[in-house]
Amino acid sequence: MARIGVFICHCGENIARTVDCAAVAAAAAKMPGVVHSADYKYMCSDPGQQMIRQAIAEKKLTGAVVGACSPRMHEPTFRRAAAEAGLNPYLLEMANLREHCSWVHEDRAAATAKAIDLVRVMVEKVKRNRSLYPIRVPIEPTALVVGGGIAGIQAALDIAGGGKKVILVERGPSIGGHMARLSETFPTLDCSQCILTPRMVEAASHPNITLMTYSEVEAVEGFVGNFQVTIRRKAKYVDWSKCTGCGDCWAKCPARKIPSEFDARLGARTAIYRPFPQAVPNKPVIDREHCIMLTKGKCGACAKACQRGAVNFKDQDELVKVKVGAVVLATGFDLWDHSAYGEYGAGKFADVIDGFQFERLASASGPTGGEIRRPSDGQVPRTVVFIQCCGSRDEKVGKAYCSKICCMYTAKHGMLYKHKVHDGRAIVFYMDIRAAGKGYEEFIRRAVEADGVEYVRGRVSRIYRRTDGKLIVRGADTLAGRAVTVEADMVVLADAVVPRSGGEKLAQLFGVGYDTDGFYSEAHPKLRPVETAAAGVFLAGACQSPKDIPDSVAQASAAAAKVLGLFARPELEREPVVARVNENTCVHCRACIQACPYGAVEDHEIRDRKGHLVRTVARVNEGLCQGCGTCVAICRSGCIDLEGFTDEQVFSEIATLE
Amino acid sequence: MSKSAASKLAEHVRRATGVDVAECYQCGKCTAGCPMARWMDVVPSQIMRLVQIGDDEAAARLLSSAAIWVCAGCLTCTQRCPKKLDPAAVIDALRELSYQQGKVPASQRKVLAFHKAFLKVVEKAGRMSEIPLTALYKMTSGDLVSDVTLAPRMLVRGKLPLVPKVVRNRRQMKRIFAACRKGDRL
Repeated sequence: MARIGVFICHCGENIARTVDCAAVAAAAAKMPGVVHSADYKYMCSDPGQQMIRQAIAEKKLTGAVVGACSPRMHEPTFRRAAAEAGLNPYLLEMANLREHCSWVHEDRAAATAKAIDLVRVMVEKVKRNRSLYPIRVPIEPTALVVGGGIAGIQAALDIAGGGKKVILVERGPSIGGHMARLSETFPTLDCSQCILTPRMVEAASHPNITLMTYSEVEAVEGFVGNFQVTIRRKAKYVDWSKCTGCGDCWAKCPARKIPSEFDARLGARTAIYRPFPQAVPNKPVIDREHCIMLTKGKCGACAKACQRGAVNFKDQDELVKVKVGAVVLATGFDLWDHSAYGEYGAGKFADVIDGFQFERLASASGPTGGEIRRPSDGQVPRTVVFIQCCGSRDEKVGKAYCSKICCMYTAKHGMLYKHKVHDGRAIVFYMDIRAAGKGYEEFIRRAVEADGVEYVRGRVSRIYRRTDGKLIVRGADTLAGRAVTVEADMVVLADAVVPRSGGEKLAQLFGVGYDTDGFYSEAHPKLRPVETAAAGVFLAGACQSPKDIPDSVAQASAAAAKVLGLFARPELEREPVVARVNENTCVHCRACIQACPYGAVEDHEIRDRKGHLVRTVARVNEGLCQGCGTCVAICRSGCIDLEGFTDEQVFSEIATLE
Repeated sequence: MSKSAASKLAEHVRRATGVDVAECYQCGKCTAGCPMARWMDVVPSQIMRLVQIGDDEAAARLLSSAAIWVCAGCLTCTQRCPKKLDPAAVIDALRELSYQQGKVPASQRKVLAFHKAFLKVVEKAGRMSEIPLTALYKMTSGDLVSDVTLAPRMLVRGKLPLVPKVVRNRRQMKRIFAACRKGDRL
């Protein structure tokens, strides 16, 4: 027999001003099943909670209803009080007499009548409540970081520094990402390699970090705290346990004219290669598309040259399964392909290059050894035009958004060019200068005032090549109100920042959302900038939106803090508001399995003692279920219920209102 | 559809052309590509800006400008506009207003004569026809001698058909012109 206690709170004047709380308590006392009823000025205060605890103990209550504020406000408070008195906390419910009644009504008599109804509804519900217990999920305290650029490296180092294990997966043969390709970095003109390479070495040698380069995420199962991730370790054709990185192999490789990805196609590499001399790990892989042995079946020059016998042409891709508790996605960006701009030469002019190509020209480790020489004929360009917003802020052909980093790196490019070619002209076409960052505006002014970079406000309409090889740039100077024509020797396009290729497939594997441009979506644009809609999956760097190095590093550290926060507990505790399938009536139509947005409903085989399959039914994985109720609504045999909100409870609430 | 704070001129342009000049962010690509920009007293991006402002001073400057008559209508601006706007159509609408309000500058008298001659020929014949167009233009503009040396070569190449071509349903052309004169959109 139900023994329900009702506790009506005045909330100071908040409820009592429009609701006669004593009358509500008196009416509740007469409701069937109610054995105790009281009202008090502040039910959430310590004396108020004590009233609840005392009543539970003395009257042997089997359930309690607190008529007070919103459950979002104080449900945890009252449920804790119930638990302290020995009542299962899920046997206490709240009737919202404040937001749903006193705050929105003026007529005292009507508001009091409504408050009585609200209490009666909850009394009927709580009679049908079951004891529930929080779901505990163990956490595997290892993190997976996808992407070995500066964001991934930073996140991995911070997590590892916090004492947790990290698996750092990188698609390419070396970590370092785009930052390793940069010449110098704004706004301080630090040498990029000088500040990055020590971090790369640290990541590789950290005892808590397992580096998996030349590897990609293949499949993901599980949920926060318990992901099972399958990683494809691509065949390297070199046994790294034997390889010393001496370089005899690539010195002998006859396939020498493969455009180097690292040098933005301005330099060449061999088929067995390491992307750059400071690569980490500093060991080669064989590019199977270009290797003569692997494509034509004869060569083997590298194998002959290797004194350690490390080359293995029979190497195979390998699938590795790892168990991790949290994931940081740090997949980074690519540059937009400006060949979509027919008026800029559709990518066919050798001397119309992108920002990365300029970085490689300016880099001491680049194909020209740091001398600015144009790709077509190796001459030093006397006039260089830089065009900002190439593909950015162009909803017709390119992207509607601002790529954020181009204003700064274009100023840097102009500056670096002027530092190297003193009598040359650097002309920047810009629409707006967005230099919001520490020391950024000063950097732009330095380019203009100290280094003599010429800024022209206007977009460029067309670039064409004159017969003498000059690139004719037709732009506008909107401040002077006239068209401008520049005879340039080289043009650098600040192409839009776009998410790295393959990012959408990866997002789908992890259940992470992405926007129409392919950037990963954060859980809340302001208050949860590193979380995603998928619990336990965090974001770092330019995979979320265009970001420069300081922003990427900051976000990586934030993601690491979130991971460490998650790992600080041995297990996750979740509200038991999850769906439950009545396996006796389930007909296994699989509608719920299709409908569940979290992939939480699974097939479950019921077997007899001998192991023969009796039936297959749907079963809800409590770790994945978010309690949204979609399966409950779609179930055609009505056999799924949401714990705490069962059909029986909800119908009894409605029925008592007549 | 129209946003708030649109000037009267901008609203007129929107109704006439469908272009909402508020969308222009003044990148200048129209000016950059315009082959006539160097002969314009107000360049295309400035024309867009002045329509955005649209007050009496801006309207006076636009409608009495030479630039709107210098525009050759090549549509390079429209083709390359990253905001999918149509500056050429805006200029067309401004030309119409300028003519209606009698603000065509004296320097552009010949361009106006050409426009009128062109429309007259199209109204009568239903299509462009070189000899009537040239004749009408030269009579109304008084510009009798320019480019006449081109005529023999054009004749040889069949670019000046001696018998003007006309469309079959010329009554329909009349109706189109009548509707336009009444200010209706077709």
